[in-house]
Amino acid sequence: MRITLENLSKHFGKVKAVDNLNFEISDGEFVALLGPSGCGKTTTLLMIAGIYKPTKGYIYFGEKIVNEILPKDRGIGMVFQSYALYPHMTVFDNIIFPLSLKKVPKDEMARKCRKTTKLMQIEELLDRRPAQLSGGQQQRVALCRALIKEPDILLLDEPLSNLDAKLRLEMRSELKKLQRKIGITMIFVTHDQLEAVCMADRIVVMSSGTLQQFSSADGLYNHPNNLFVAGFIGSPPMNFFNVFLKKTKDGFSLRNKNFQVVVPREMEQKIENTLRPPEMILGIRPEDINIDSQKGIRAEVYTVEPLGREILVNFRVGDSIVRVITSPLFKAGAEEILRLNFNMNKIHLFEKMSQKSLKVVS
Amino acid sequence: MKKMHLPKFKNDIKDRFKGEKEKFVKVKARLSRALIYVLLILLTLPIIWFYLCLGVQSFSGKTLYGFIPVSLTLKNWRFLWQPQTYEGFPNIWMVTLNTLFLAIGVMALTITISTMCAYIISRYNFRGKEFILKGSLIIRGFPSITLLVGVFYLLWKLKLINTLSGVILVKVGFELPFQIWIMKGFFDGVPWDIEMAALMDGATRFQTWYKVLLPLVKPGILALSLLAFLSGWSEFIYTFSFIFQDIKWTLSLYAVGLIGQSRFVDYGLLTAVSVFFMIPVIVIFSVGQKYLLQLTIAGTKGK
Repeated sequence: MRITLENLSKHFGKVKAVDNLNFEISDGEFVALLGPSGCGKTTTLLMIAGIYKPTKGYIYFGEKIVNEILPKDRGIGMVFQSYALYPHMTVFDNIIFPLSLKKVPKDEMARKCRKTTKLMQIEELLDRRPAQLSGGQQQRVALCRALIKEPDILLLDEPLSNLDAKLRLEMRSELKKLQRKIGITMIFVTHDQLEAVCMADRIVVMSSGTLQQFSSADGLYNHPNNLFVAGFIGSPPMNFFNVFLKKTKDGFSLRNKNFQVVVPREMEQKIENTLRPPEMILGIRPEDINIDSQKGIRAEVYTVEPLGREILVNFRVGDSIVRVITSPLFKAGAEEILRLNFNMNKIHLFEKMSQKSLKVVS
Repeated sequence: MKKMHLPKFKNDIKDRFKGEKEKFVKVKARLSRALIYVLLILLTLPIIWFYLCLGVQSFSGKTLYGFIPVSLTLKNWRFLWQPQTYEGFPNIWMVTLNTLFLAIGVMALTITISTMCAYIISRYNFRGKEFILKGSLIIRGFPSITLLVGVFYLLWKLKLINTLSGVILVKVGFELPFQIWIMKGFFDGVPWDIEMAALMDGATRFQTWYKVLLPLVKPGILALSLLAFLSGWSEFIYTFSFIFQDIKWTLSLYAVGLIGQSRFVDYGLLTAVSVFFMIPVIVIFSVGQKYLLQLTIAGTKGK
């Protein structure tokens, strides 16, 4: 089922939890709503579910506006963060609850229950009560309950946050496999970028109720639309520097009191197209900086964090800290003076005023 | 030699001292526990004393100091098999049935209304919610006896005076605020997620309440049912004020009737009736303790 959000807003009193959201999710797509806590992602999910009514704007399923349709008639299955199993019912009764409300015949309920529980591999748990299950099992039961209605859309609220680390890794790939297998449109909410990147086809990044960017993981990482996305996606996060743009004889240069770099030829065109504001923010990812002993920007080693496969070195450049990822062979003590070189083809430029990336502005 | 000897000697002293200290701590703990028991026994003694006297007296002809039976007899319990204890008194089983009707009526009505009201107050936001919650507590603070005249007039106008149903309605009215307040605490304890899940699963709001929420607040319902039953069972003021015919007596009126019957009150009979009156109370408290204890826990959640 294709889902379209049009100018969708939800206000709680004066608080704008979701503000003017526009995006479209195509049929059979696996989409993550990603953002820091309080950014409105769960509110958006609950509006799609029909629990919250939008203050403004429309939600379309296919061609139909569903704003006024009750949750039960929307053809949606949902798994809650707490799983929200009914503690007074057995696993079997929990799973068939949606069907029993529809007065489906008993043998059909049993057949469908067998089918979904087989899919989730929990056939042997049917007589237990939720309190007797582990977190992972509870989640599978909740998934079964959501899937037994054969919904068009499956919504998941923080599906992995209540699982332990090992199980989380397992469920990540399992959820992805499940989505491929049944080909259902799936939307899940998460605050963990790794989950979003690993599972989703496309990711909606939200911040303070507004849409920041909607694209694939690759798009978010390599072509962030604005400063927020650039800083939010990627761990360790991108380095940012306040710089001034200056036109030189042959092209442009970026400069602050610690360094001066030349803008590569490919980027010049983009800068030409803008109003060329003097104040810019230069962003560069930790892995796009090379460490040298002779040439480059003067930097003092601050801390060294071995991460196993690589080493994260924090340098002090002027008064700011620059994060650099380097090979595990790197050896240097604190306060040692080294040189840094930016891989200029990988830099990102943002307007300081609008915080937008140059590619969006142009 | 000296050097090796000295540390051992020191340790010895230390060990011995340590043992003494442990013993002292143990004794202290035991003493403080004993003190608690003594205090509790002293506090409950008068109550135990009353009930002991009551029980003993109901089975004895004469007693020494009120609790040592001189002779045992079942004469005091004659009201159970005599059709009429005194001239004009209704049959005890009739009275018991009346009392049961009153108690069950109060229980059924308060629970039905309070579970519905408490759900709405717990889950919905509406204008005046705060006022209703505060008001219900304030009303509870007034002695209900001050309203007797008004209630009497109301019942009389509604042609419910001198009926047990009338008493039930009045009793339910006075019980409800407290019951709703407690019940609300139980509903507050049920997470929103479960309710949303039920709505997503296709339940209507009513089905959600009935099929999902009610089973989850069952401990509260049981506890409050017991309380409502007991308060109906032991009701005196309203039955005394609004019931005029002896065939509609409840057990509390029966007991009072015994006191006012003759110049010399038959205390043996009165104690036996009182014990009979208490039986359900004892049974309910011993069986329902588990649920009644949950009441205090959930009660703290009420906000």
